[in-house]
Amino acid sequence: MPSGRVSIFVTCIVDQLFPQVGLAMASVLERLGYRVDFPEAQTCCGQPAFNSGYRDEARAVALHFLKVFRDCEYIVVPSGSCTSMIAHHYAELFSEQAKPPALPVWEFSRFLTEVAGVEDVGARFDGVVTYHDSCHALRELHVKDGPRRLLAQVKGLTLREMDAAEECCGFGGTFSVKFPEVSGAMARTKIDSIQRTEAGTVVSIDSSCLMQLQGVISRAGLPIRTMHLAEVLASR
Amino acid sequence: MSDARTDILGRVRAALGRKAAQPASESPGVYLSTRNLSVTERIELFVRNFEKLNGQARCLAARADVGPVLRELLDGRTAVASNSPYLRECGITEIGSVQTGFTVREELKAACASAGAGITSCDYALAETGTLVMLSSPQEARLVSLLPPMHVAVIPASSIIGNLDELLTNVPLPAEQSSSMVLITGPSRTADIEQILVRGVHGPGQIHALIVEEGA
Amino acid sequence: MTSAPIKIKETIADPRLQQAIYTATGRLMSHRAQAIQPALMPEYQELRTRAHEIKRHTIENLDYYLELLESKVTAHGGKVIFCRDAAEVADFVLGLAKERGAKLIVKSKSMTTEEIGLNERVERHQLEAVETDLGEYILQLAHQRPYHIVAPALHMTRYEVADIFTEKLGVKNEVVIENQTKIARSVLREKFLAADIGITGANFLVADSGAVLVVENEGNARLSSSAPKIHIAIAGIEKLIPRAQDLPLFLKLLGRSATGQAMTVYTSFLSGPRRSDEIDGPDEFYVVLLDNGRTKLLANADKRESLYCIRCGACLNHCPVYRKIGGHSYPWIYSGPIGKIITPQFHGVMQDPWLPFASSLCGACAEVCPVKIDIPKLLLQLRSEVVEAKTRGGTAGEERRGFRLFAWLMQRPKLFQFAGRMAARFGPRPAGGKWISKVPGLFNIEPVRNWLSQRDLPPPAPKSFHQLWKERKK
Repeated sequence: MPSGRVSIFVTCIVDQLFPQVGLAMASVLERLGYRVDFPEAQTCCGQPAFNSGYRDEARAVALHFLKVFRDCEYIVVPSGSCTSMIAHHYAELFSEQAKPPALPVWEFSRFLTEVAGVEDVGARFDGVVTYHDSCHALRELHVKDGPRRLLAQVKGLTLREMDAAEECCGFGGTFSVKFPEVSGAMARTKIDSIQRTEAGTVVSIDSSCLMQLQGVISRAGLPIRTMHLAEVLASR
Repeated sequence: MSDARTDILGRVRAALGRKAAQPASESPGVYLSTRNLSVTERIELFVRNFEKLNGQARCLAARADVGPVLRELLDGRTAVASNSPYLRECGITEIGSVQTGFTVREELKAACASAGAGITSCDYALAETGTLVMLSSPQEARLVSLLPPMHVAVIPASSIIGNLDELLTNVPLPAEQSSSMVLITGPSRTADIEQILVRGVHGPGQIHALIVEEGA
Repeated sequence: MTSAPIKIKETIADPRLQQAIYTATGRLMSHRAQAIQPALMPEYQELRTRAHEIKRHTIENLDYYLELLESKVTAHGGKVIFCRDAAEVADFVLGLAKERGAKLIVKSKSMTTEEIGLNERVERHQLEAVETDLGEYILQLAHQRPYHIVAPALHMTRYEVADIFTEKLGVKNEVVIENQTKIARSVLREKFLAADIGITGANFLVADSGAVLVVENEGNARLSSSAPKIHIAIAGIEKLIPRAQDLPLFLKLLGRSATGQAMTVYTSFLSGPRRSDEIDGPDEFYVVLLDNGRTKLLANADKRESLYCIRCGACLNHCPVYRKIGGHSYPWIYSGPIGKIITPQFHGVMQDPWLPFASSLCGACAEVCPVKIDIPKLLLQLRSEVVEAKTRGGTAGEERRGFRLFAWLMQRPKLFQFAGRMAARFGPRPAGGKWISKVPGLFNIEPVRNWLSQRDLPPPAPKSFHQLWKERKK
């Protein structure tokens, strides 16, 4: 039976735009028996600055993060790209001598399957769902089967694979506003793929992907819902 | 004004922090993977892979069987045959429409340019990929398997080996033997226009392998 | 804000072109996936690792292998010509052509020769240089650049090809692809047989053999290197591999990664002029080793792996950005992810400062690169170099201030929360939980405008997670 203390880093966009994702993640973790801790001084992992080439600025934000999450046993994150930033790219911000210790940071679905060791979290969600593989999670954290196994255990849920599930949604952080036509075209190709599955909901482990897709869905007025994996798993 | 060679090598060394005449650091080992296949397995594998590429392969029991099959394949076409002694043994030179014995480049080129077929033997055949391996030599000129629109290779079954790994294990330095080693895997092709496959662009569009089992 | 070139917008707005690029690259992707599936090639990942290691070893000892190649080429009767830049290559070719009274050159596909604009230079001196690869031949007639490393005429339809042939060759309009190929074949055949010089590239330079390795499917490289009396192979200095015995490893990766073929139709291993007893083949054999800025890349240890590239094109095929913007949207002849990392290194980051940012960093390229070049990592490095250069040049301006503010705010949690709540309170809040399609002038700064040009924006949540968590606790 999983137990112990788990700290959550909800990410800046969940905090301000999609707080329900953070709440869903916390409730799933609590239901599994964990004591969920939320270090209030958290803000952002620094990825936007890093990806745009502003390493000094990214380092400053990283230092704040490291301070806030010092002495945590597990840090669980509802985002592949933020987890990847912390787990893989923080090291690039510091010289060999000043390198911070590796943090025990976990993308949410991997935490469930590999640390908690569960696939059935007792969820119920009626509907046809398709899954979008977020790039950082897929390629940097090797998250691919885990979310699918978790979704397979949700009662009432039918999972239908889209073609090109592994194709990028086109968000890419500041890429989305520096190259809006390309970003938009990539998202629309993805939406076409989703529509072909006739699923009512598209699920991902990263809110930035969902924000990109939902933005296009909303503009086109399509009857497709976007949900974070945590929200599906929290459903009863 | 130093010459280009000195300049470039100088820049390379400066970039790498190396000195002139410095030996190379230890190299990673080669990676060659060979399989143990029987003659029958090799022939079968070669035929399967050769035909997957749209080549036509036939197995013949003896050298004496080659002539009639070839006559049928040629179907009246003029042909140039290489000077391979094996082809002589198979009776190729007795076929009327076949010219052979060229030793002068310009004559060979002219003959190949107008011939309907080119007939060669080959040095090796690679079973895993259905490949013909041809080393340029006085017996095998380059253009015979290249200019005419049809290429017929008469192959002793014993020359079929597993793959390129095996070839280079046995012959680690082909350059010591010949100025040209060509691996031929299927008929010439392109998909440059609208990704539609077309065969016989510059090289032969039709290739045939006559595999002679005698002596294997 | 770096702005995307017009070409990108044009390409995205052209539905036929979008379809052509997406379908062609999609096909190449699936051929590759078929060829490297675990059932057929269980050792695929191991091969990638080994290929990376051998390339690393070769590049780290490049001077040694250059000299080894040179000694072997010379021993077999050939000659190695070192060239610092495009002009030196042209001088060599023109000089040789003049000495030999050569008038006609046939060329097989070589990105390196495109890089140095060889055809243009040579044609200024009354020498005819004919491209013989079908796609490249069509492009030459049309005066266009290749669209893709492996499929140069990807963007053209049979109708465009028919018109080009009618206009330039005077033939009647022919739209059947097989017949178009026959036309090209017969025109080019005459050129092969009459040519004085054949120029090829080289996929690999094999040091221990003094050999060039050329792969192809059509037969034009074989003809270019075997029919004329002179063969010149032009290759970048980074094309070296140590041993002939390394070829099976690299060839297994190259064909499959590029087109899904276990072996291309022709693989030519050429190590010199014809030997004294050989009947045909060239009398003269030259290997031109080109620098043209490669030593600059070599000098940067952190980005040196860019030189490991074997030009398979897999990164182009898998790049979701390439699949939208196509090969002509890139500033140089090397397009796709590899083009994005080498162009700034050859030309300086400030020549096309937008280029390293034209990526969502999805990592598909790194996943398929047969020699494991970490392209996303190099893109991130180049981005920080652009920022540094802009800062030094005083042009980082607004964006730098924006990120300084971002960093400042993110170190002050209470202020961040305050700013968030102000946005929630005073920002746009469409009814019914809908997303935002328009913002009032004050908020309509460039990033917001750009986002809204393609999709809606989420409204700030009425309560932040921080607030909701506090309430939950009670």
